[in-house]
Amino acid sequence: MNPIGEKYLRKAFLPFIFCPGCGDGMIVQALARAVDELGVRDDLALTAGIGCSAWIAVYTHADVLKVLHGRAIPAAIGLKATKPSRKIVTITGDGDCLAIGGNHLLHACRRNIDMTVVMVNNQIYAMTGGQVAPSTPFTGKTQTTPYGNVEKKLDGCRVAIACGATFVSRWSTAHPKQLIKTLKKAISHKGFSYVEIISQCPVQTGRYLLGSGSPQFNLQWIKDHCVKQEDPAKWPEVEAQGNIPIGDFLQTEQPEFMEEVVKMNQRVKEAQAKGGDR
Amino acid sequence: MKKGRIKVMLGNEACAEAAILAGCRFYGGYPITPATEILETLSRRLPLVDGLCMQFEDEIAALVAVVGASWGGTKAMTATSGPGFCLMQEGIGLAVAVEAPCVIVNVQRGGPCSGQSTSTAQGDLYQARYGSNGDYSLICLAPSDAQEMFDHTIKAFNLAERFRIPVIILSDEVVGHIREKVFIPETKDIKLVERKAPTCDPKDFIVFKPDENEIPLMPNFNTGYRTPVISQAKSLNGNRGNAKEADDNIRRIVRKIEDYMDEFADVQVYGDPKAETAFVTFGSVCRAARSAVDMGKEKGIALRSVEVKTVWPFPDKLVRNALAGAKRIVVAEMNLGMIQREVERVVRQPEIKIELFSKIGGIYPQPQEFLRFLEEKR
Repeated sequence: MNPIGEKYLRKAFLPFIFCPGCGDGMIVQALARAVDELGVRDDLALTAGIGCSAWIAVYTHADVLKVLHGRAIPAAIGLKATKPSRKIVTITGDGDCLAIGGNHLLHACRRNIDMTVVMVNNQIYAMTGGQVAPSTPFTGKTQTTPYGNVEKKLDGCRVAIACGATFVSRWSTAHPKQLIKTLKKAISHKGFSYVEIISQCPVQTGRYLLGSGSPQFNLQWIKDHCVKQEDPAKWPEVEAQGNIPIGDFLQTEQPEFMEEVVKMNQRVKEAQAKGGDR
Repeated sequence: MKKGRIKVMLGNEACAEAAILAGCRFYGGYPITPATEILETLSRRLPLVDGLCMQFEDEIAALVAVVGASWGGTKAMTATSGPGFCLMQEGIGLAVAVEAPCVIVNVQRGGPCSGQSTSTAQGDLYQARYGSNGDYSLICLAPSDAQEMFDHTIKAFNLAERFRIPVIILSDEVVGHIREKVFIPETKDIKLVERKAPTCDPKDFIVFKPDENEIPLMPNFNTGYRTPVISQAKSLNGNRGNAKEADDNIRRIVRKIEDYMDEFADVQVYGDPKAETAFVTFGSVCRAARSAVDMGKEKGIALRSVEVKTVWPFPDKLVRNALAGAKRIVVAEMNLGMIQREVERVVRQPEIKIELFSKIGGIYPQPQEFLRFLEEKR
């Protein structure tokens, strides 16, 4: 086995439950490489919800808390709050993060709590057999939109930017080098990082939305349709062509939640020691 | 006489005070009447002890964060009332499944749905036990005054740590909002229980392998064990379990509590333990029943009141013993008959009818009503 696999895979749990051609295995590797290159393994804690992508966390040999559908972010906040030195990475999917867990994403962004959300976007509910997701394109045919999707899709990167995330990127499984680089930046970033990964699901997205269940076709589709455009003002031009903008979109410095908590606690205790008003 | 101090506090404040003394350093909450004072008190108090009180976007997030904090190595708590308790049901199942010690307070108000936010009720008794999906067990305590809000909160943290379970404090509006004297012992006199952590080499550690008391050792995150904790029915090593492993897992998480009930079950008897007429009560109704027993005594009527303090798992044996010799049993509760069913199941004497004295709509029973009930229904 590759030394990175040897070191970072939870070998007792293999083989993967992922379908042939799935992008999740590539993300397991990208995350392992990013963590290894940063040397933050001992501080790493992963959380995940429900869905195919959640198993990316479980196969990673680290402390992993895999919770209810949509609730990976609150679980991460609990872990971060009790030990701010932890490097928290939350693995979530498009349904987990944008539908059932959407509310938690909004508030985690605005709190700017130091953690990284890795959102694996395959544009569909894959584990349950190919139902429409908030990320499914308009007119897309799925098991629950057999006559075409009449809803417009929700863009997680736009949501993250609007809600106050301080690091926002989108890459794909067809861009492994850039993805590892961005994951390293996101995990090192002091604040809330949102990294979306466009990933292939030949079995559901491929067959129902894109017209082919072939893994090669699906990875090629991602290569062809993910276009680097790091200026959000120019995203509509990319999207008008039926493409998905990728790149590192945003990185800013803002007060971080846990740092503010520690400062507040210090201030309050000092005031109390002086016997003064809080 | 033990040393300590006496303070006049709200039941909800007594709960918050006890949480801090029990070692709680993370509170996840969401405002809801009549439980909000717990969140407000801990917002002021936790920063002073390097803890964190967080108001979340909803009760779902609040409880899931509590579970995260628990695995992070911190004692953690949340509190709510009916509608919020509904949202917490999935989190209760989560805490059960990942065996995360935590405390959940439900200061009951009227239901169903939004019900009566400022009125008292005891309609969540079954929800506290059966609200989440699947087979499981948990411990639920029912305090009846501000002192018990304090004492039960300490006990709840200790039981949660001992059994690695969510412990529910099923309070109600009367108990949460009553302001009365609370005895707070000196810190050194408060006995605290802590979860057992593994000390073995991480290579040899099996995450859900139970010890001789059916409870696995719990390594806090980032202590070198690289533990997989999943919410599914699991094998001993933490992976998804097959049918046999799921069966073993589910039976064990029930057995680890119910086989050890003698260690924590609590039923008190007030009044004449041999009286032929017995009330059965829990929570705030115990108070009115006590007054009724005293009033009965003045009138020469012998009465006893059986107070169920640990309502779940229902203490069958203790309740049966406390009711021994009773010819007339009146269950008094602020719902349409919930603990009544448990008493019917436990007593099993066809000649004894388990009568129900029920108050709903947010009206707390008056002591004289108990006596009137005994006369009128005879």
